[in-house]
Amino acid sequence: MITASQTSGPFWHLIDFPEWADLLRAGGPNDGVAGSRITLTGTVTDGDGAVCPDAMIEIWQAGPDGAYEAGFHGFGRCATDAQGRFRFATLKPGPVPGPGNSLQAPHITLAIFARGLMHHLTTRAYFAGEALNETDPILALVPEGRRGTLIAREASPGHWNLDIRLQGDHETVFLDI
Amino acid sequence: MSFRPIPPGVFPPMDLPSYGSTHKRHPDQAPVRIPHTLTETSAPRFTSSAYPEHLDMSRHNGREAMGERIIIAGRVTDEDGRPQPGVMLEVWQANAAGRYQLDRDQHDAPLDPNFSGQARVFTDADGNWSITTIRPGAYPWRNHHNAWRPVHVHFGLHGAGFAQRLVTQMYFPGDPLLALDPIYQGVPEGARERLVAKFDLDVTRPEYALGYRFDMVLRGRLATPMENPA
Ligand SMILES: [Fe+3]
Repeated sequence: MITASQTSGPFWHLIDFPEWADLLRAGGPNDGVAGSRITLTGTVTDGDGAVCPDAMIEIWQAGPDGAYEAGFHGFGRCATDAQGRFRFATLKPGPVPGPGNSLQAPHITLAIFARGLMHHLTTRAYFAGEALNETDPILALVPEGRRGTLIAREASPGHWNLDIRLQGDHETVFLDI
Repeated sequence: MSFRPIPPGVFPPMDLPSYGSTHKRHPDQAPVRIPHTLTETSAPRFTSSAYPEHLDMSRHNGREAMGERIIIAGRVTDEDGRPQPGVMLEVWQANAAGRYQLDRDQHDAPLDPNFSGQARVFTDADGNWSITTIRPGAYPWRNHHNAWRPVHVHFGLHGAGFAQRLVTQMYFPGDPLLALDPIYQGVPEGARERLVAKFDLDVTRPEYALGYRFDMVLRGRLATPMENPA
C-alpha cells in the first residue's frame, strides 16, 4: 500500500529556496542553455477569491528541444508572495511526444502545495496561440468550456500569466495523474 | 512507463470538514483523469552534487540544538516492494519547543538559533536513508478550540516520475494527540497507522540517540503503458 499524502502545512509549506524560481540563474544547472527566455507568473486564489499567500508552486517542464532532463533541468519551485503571486524565469519548452504517435503542445506542469491541500494539485500551463494546442491529446480530454483555465496568456512579450483558482467560478482544471 | 492509479482508501479527502483550511481551498470539480505521458513518467534529476545532502539537523553551524536527539531511518520502496534508489527526501520540522523558524509562526515558544529544521537526504541503492535530528515539539494551530498538532516531521519525496511526487508527515508512536488531529485522522484507517514511525533499537545508537524507523511506499509501475484514461 502506498504511503498516504498529508498537507505540506499547516505552517511550513516545503523548504523555500527562492533561487529555485529562476531556472536560468547564474551558476545554476541551466546557466548558458540557449532558448527563448520567458517568465511564467500567476496568482493563486481560493473559493472566496482571496489570495493564497502561503502556497508553494513547483514546475516541471521539457527543454526547448521537447526532451526532459537532456541538457535542461526543468524543475523549479516558488513560494507565493503576500499577494498570492508566483513568478518563474525559464525557457519556453518545446513540443513533447505524447501517447502513440501524438505530439503534445508545449506545456509546463505545475504542482500546487499549500495549507489546506491534503494532496498537492496538478495542472498544466499551455501557451495561447500555439497551433499544437488544437490537437494536444491532454487538452482534448478537458471539457472545452474549461480548457481556458490551462492556457497561459502573453501579458507582454515573453511574459506569460496563468492564474490558479482553487475552487468556485472558473475553477482551474486539475489533472488526476 | 505509467504509474499505477492511486488506490482508493489511502489518501485523505481534499474536502475535510474537520480541517478548516480545506473549506475554501479544495476544488469543487473532480480532477480530469489523464494518461501518463513523458511529462508524468519523467522526473527532475536531483543529484547530491547539485543538491547537497544535509543529514544532521541536531547541530547547526557546529553547535548542538536543544532537545532530545533522535535518528530516523527508513526505506523507500514502490508498491511492488522494489527499492527506490536516488529518491531525494526533503525533511522539515518544528524545533523541540514546537516552533518553526518562520515569520508566520507566532507560537509563543523559544526559537533555537542552533536548529534550522531542514534536511535533505538521498536514498541509497537499496532505498535506505537515515537522518539525525531533534524530537520536535507539539504546537498549537488554531484549527479549533485548543487544537494542537501531534509531534510530526514533514517529508517531501521526489521519485523517478513526477506522478510519484509525495508530501507526507511522520508521527511518533504513543502520541495522545493523534486521536484528536484532523490531519492525521483524515487519512483512512489502515493507511493512517503507517504514518506512525516505529521505535527501533537497531536504529538506536548506544550512548547517543534513540532511533525510529519510517518506511515509505511510492506508486509502482504498470506493466504496460496506459494508452487510455481509466
Ligand atoms: Fe508542521
